[in-house]
Amino acid sequence: MSTAQSRRLPQGGRIDRTRSLRFSFDGAAMTGHPGDTLASALLANGVDIVGRSFKRHRPRGIFSAGAEEPNAWVSLEHGAHAIPCAAATQVELYDGLIARSLNCWPNASFDLGGVLDRFAALMPAGFYYKTFMWPARAWGRYEHIIRHAAGLARAPLAPDLERYERRFDHCDVLVIGAGPAGLAAAAAATRAGARILLVEERAALGGSLLDLDAAIDARSGLDWTAERTAVLESCARARILTRASAVGYHDHNLVSILERVQDHVAPGSRMRTLPRQRLWHVRARRVVLATGSFERPLLFANNDTPGVMLAHAAATYAERYAVRAGRRAVLFTDNDSGYRAAAALQAAGIEIVAAVDRRPATSDGINAALEARVPILRASAVVAVRGGRKVRAALVAPLDASGERLAGAARSFDCDLVCVAGGWNPAVHLFSQSGGKLRFEPAIQAYVPAQSAQQERSAGACAGTFSLLDGIAQGEAAGSQAAFECGHGSGPVSPPPAAPRRSSNPAPVRELPSLARSARKNIFVDILNDVSAADLALASHEGYGAPELAKRYTTAGMGVDQGRTGNINALAVLATAQGLVLEQLPTTTFRPPYVPIAFGAMAGRDIGALYEPLRRTPISDWHEAHAALMEPVGAWRRPACYPRAAESFAAAVRRECIAARNAVTLCDVSTLGKLDIHGPDAVRLLDMLYTNDFSTLKPGRARYGLMLKDDGMVFDDGTTSRLGADRYFMTTTSGHADAVADWIEEWLQCEWPRWRVFAVPVTTQWAGILVSGPRARVLLERLETSFDLARERCPFMSIHQGSIEGAPARLLRVSFTGELAYELYVPARYGLGLWQRLMDRGSDLGIEPIGTEALHVLRAEKGFFVVGHDADATVSARDLGAEWLISRTKSDFIGKHSLSRPELKRSGRLQFVGLESDDPGIVVAEGSPIVAASGATSRQHGPAAAIGRVTSSYSSPTLGRSIALAMVSDGLARLGEAVSVIDRGTPRAARLCSPRFYDPEGSRLHG
Amino acid sequence: MLLIPCPHCGERNEIEFACGGQAHLERPGPQADATRWARYLYYRANPNGTQRERWFHAAGCRRWFNVERDTASHEIRTAYPMGEAPAP
Ligand SMILES: [Zn+2]
Repeated sequence: MSTAQSRRLPQGGRIDRTRSLRFSFDGAAMTGHPGDTLASALLANGVDIVGRSFKRHRPRGIFSAGAEEPNAWVSLEHGAHAIPCAAATQVELYDGLIARSLNCWPNASFDLGGVLDRFAALMPAGFYYKTFMWPARAWGRYEHIIRHAAGLARAPLAPDLERYERRFDHCDVLVIGAGPAGLAAAAAATRAGARILLVEERAALGGSLLDLDAAIDARSGLDWTAERTAVLESCARARILTRASAVGYHDHNLVSILERVQDHVAPGSRMRTLPRQRLWHVRARRVVLATGSFERPLLFANNDTPGVMLAHAAATYAERYAVRAGRRAVLFTDNDSGYRAAAALQAAGIEIVAAVDRRPATSDGINAALEARVPILRASAVVAVRGGRKVRAALVAPLDASGERLAGAARSFDCDLVCVAGGWNPAVHLFSQSGGKLRFEPAIQAYVPAQSAQQERSAGACAGTFSLLDGIAQGEAAGSQAAFECGHGSGPVSPPPAAPRRSSNPAPVRELPSLARSARKNIFVDILNDVSAADLALASHEGYGAPELAKRYTTAGMGVDQGRTGNINALAVLATAQGLVLEQLPTTTFRPPYVPIAFGAMAGRDIGALYEPLRRTPISDWHEAHAALMEPVGAWRRPACYPRAAESFAAAVRRECIAARNAVTLCDVSTLGKLDIHGPDAVRLLDMLYTNDFSTLKPGRARYGLMLKDDGMVFDDGTTSRLGADRYFMTTTSGHADAVADWIEEWLQCEWPRWRVFAVPVTTQWAGILVSGPRARVLLERLETSFDLARERCPFMSIHQGSIEGAPARLLRVSFTGELAYELYVPARYGLGLWQRLMDRGSDLGIEPIGTEALHVLRAEKGFFVVGHDADATVSARDLGAEWLISRTKSDFIGKHSLSRPELKRSGRLQFVGLESDDPGIVVAEGSPIVAASGATSRQHGPAAAIGRVTSSYSSPTLGRSIALAMVSDGLARLGEAVSVIDRGTPRAARLCSPRFYDPEGSRLHG
Repeated sequence: MLLIPCPHCGERNEIEFACGGQAHLERPGPQADATRWARYLYYRANPNGTQRERWFHAAGCRRWFNVERDTASHEIRTAYPMGEAPAP
């Protein structure tokens, strides 16, 4: 490594030399200046190797100066601020920046993984697919090596402490890219009166003018930029977003934009009031794409060696950043633009050793001064570079008339920089994401936007218009036309130029001849993913030559750079392999995001407690204050049980169950779905929703009901009570409350819009407390109530409206536990008070609060199924043994027609049964498969077929043994049959039985 | 993300809505034969082009309505209230 900023030019550059910024790379301290990117600062400090390649661990150097960078991906900072993978060319330098190279150990310059390059032949194209297809045991040998080597970076281990935001916005005209064309479009649209948003990836406006200045209307491009910027900044209708990348172009002109709000500030100095990044979703009436273009590399052996660089990038480092990427350069070009770059290099004092031009004929535009001073080798190509860790020489050979074969021996030119200029690819990524169709334009040897799918237009280099003045004119026309379409201004003053495309006379994009066939494995087409010309040729040879297949087979274009520098060359190589030319192959699809996005930016504030609104009952505070173990139930948190000090979960559930069977217990059932159903057609609605008959339900009575979907499968169950002539109170399961409410609404709005009935969700209006146990009536009688609790006047399945402890209340006598039980409903604000009053009054009755786990055990002892636990969407009413709930008199209800489908009547369907293991101490795991008793022991016939599975399994304190519920093929006809449960791999002998383990006559719940 | 013109609220982002699939399905009466019932339950058009579908403005007015959408381009030609026919 060289001394501090040894490659910084003594003057020039658009950097602030008055201030120095310290940073470190792989632990080495370095300095740079404001205005530097991490890449320019690394180059200034003489760093040649910035990382090792993904697969073969070859040394790699900085290749570009922008978003197309394939090599200089680094990790930044550490701990909570770690960024695993960032392009050094896009990282603004700040004081204290810590950067590390990827894919190498111990560091980029000395990497032990480098030996992998010697075994390149072991990882040819399609390596992963071929590996998977070897005998299964081979994968076991490779897995740990591949897992270790896979991925471009290490995921940070510490939680990301940065804050992110998401923002929705609107505008008339969204202009993406603030280069010459974008600035012109934005200014024109603003002048016309449109509300615009101008989005620029970099910190400052100007685009390519900031890299290499150019004259516009007899003034410098920078002055022109400043004028346009001033116009925009002074107008309230125009908003400018810098450090913001448009990452996705979605349907209906929605563009997502990643704004790097504080990435350019050291983590310790960031403002707490601002997020690190903000993800915008902008709905624009019109979009102007002015996203520029990327330079294409040219291919030759060892083209990945540090010191090989895009010509425009080398020129940008010299002119914008005052950094000399080398001392002696070879220019390899196939179009005129390379000479503009060479002139910038010469101006910075870099010697041009040779200008190698692929084209046979004389071309316009060759810089006369350059020609005067350096030999231009026409009809020649760089065929290889030498050097390994850094370019030392370029081998140049003449081409024959076809340009496809070598015509002589190679000459060696000593150099430390090879600048490649293979023409320009319009950045059509967003256009392509919008659904637009591309077209190959021979004049510029590149794909350009052809047919729009959305309300957008492209201007400037991204439209294939490489001439500066033409691009500006096109931008102005696009901006004023877009504004006009939004109702502003009078349309383009002059019609847009017919894109004369002042061509830089590029040679056709082709794979170039190489010195030897074996050299192709070191001709890197996708540099980031280590995909060589040999890999692509092999893919083609093995039948994966179609671009979309080759991309997946070789991973060309699938890296974080999305193959910006490699894709077109990859098509050219594939074409050559198939005896075609580039334009005969279809392009691959561009997908969002255009640049990598942190997961944090996508999540925004929707993380942790804000991920989903947490639903709390009016009694939740009490549960938490009494050490309840809370468990998620949908969006709710419910007590699973209330363990006492040092009490295990199982012991707590056991104690709660015993209290429920012997004393009295409270359970918070506020989460049950509740609907107020009223209107003259209320009973008509209920009769359609439930399988059983509600027309016979009298006021003051309650009925259990089962809901199906129209396919006959169970959807929900619950109790509905009749409060008055046209008024009903429906309860649903906790988990399905919203789904049932939405479902009823859909039927009412779409199928029965004329029915006079409302179904209003009132779940959170009412607190619900289940008072259950043989002493429940005694407890309630101690409270001040208007209810007559006498058994005759408050029988099982009745509802009563009145008051309790001064609060208006509904008392519903139903039982899910199998004991004497009351559900008390009071307006939510009375819930906590009533709960506390009940606990107080019941203290000498042995009262206990119980959680959902005890409730589950109690209901399982009774053989009550839980929809969503024992039954899923493949279980019909009949499968549950609920035939008695299916009305024979109703002409229709949802699901009725399907119950007569042969599929639901066939034998062999899984049916709901009980299951007892022979050893009463064994609680088999829920989900365990059940096989016939003989199946578990006879192995010679292969695995036994499962005849069902365990759906619920508990230890029952009441019965002193384990119990389980199961869905078993033809189960109802097999009660008493011996089976085997495969419990976590171990066969357990068991017997099918009725699910009613406890009090099958139901005498207790009628108590 | 689509921009959906709710007939009751105006244009809103797709995240406010739930899609209910093909519109104008007719639920056969109790006497329908098995074939018709199966068609109602399971058979859906899957056109490459214009499709009428019903949407629910779940995070808005809570009303169901119909949309005529091009499944290829996602262009929404019209939206109209439940029970009405689309504008010609
Ligand atoms: Zn609406």
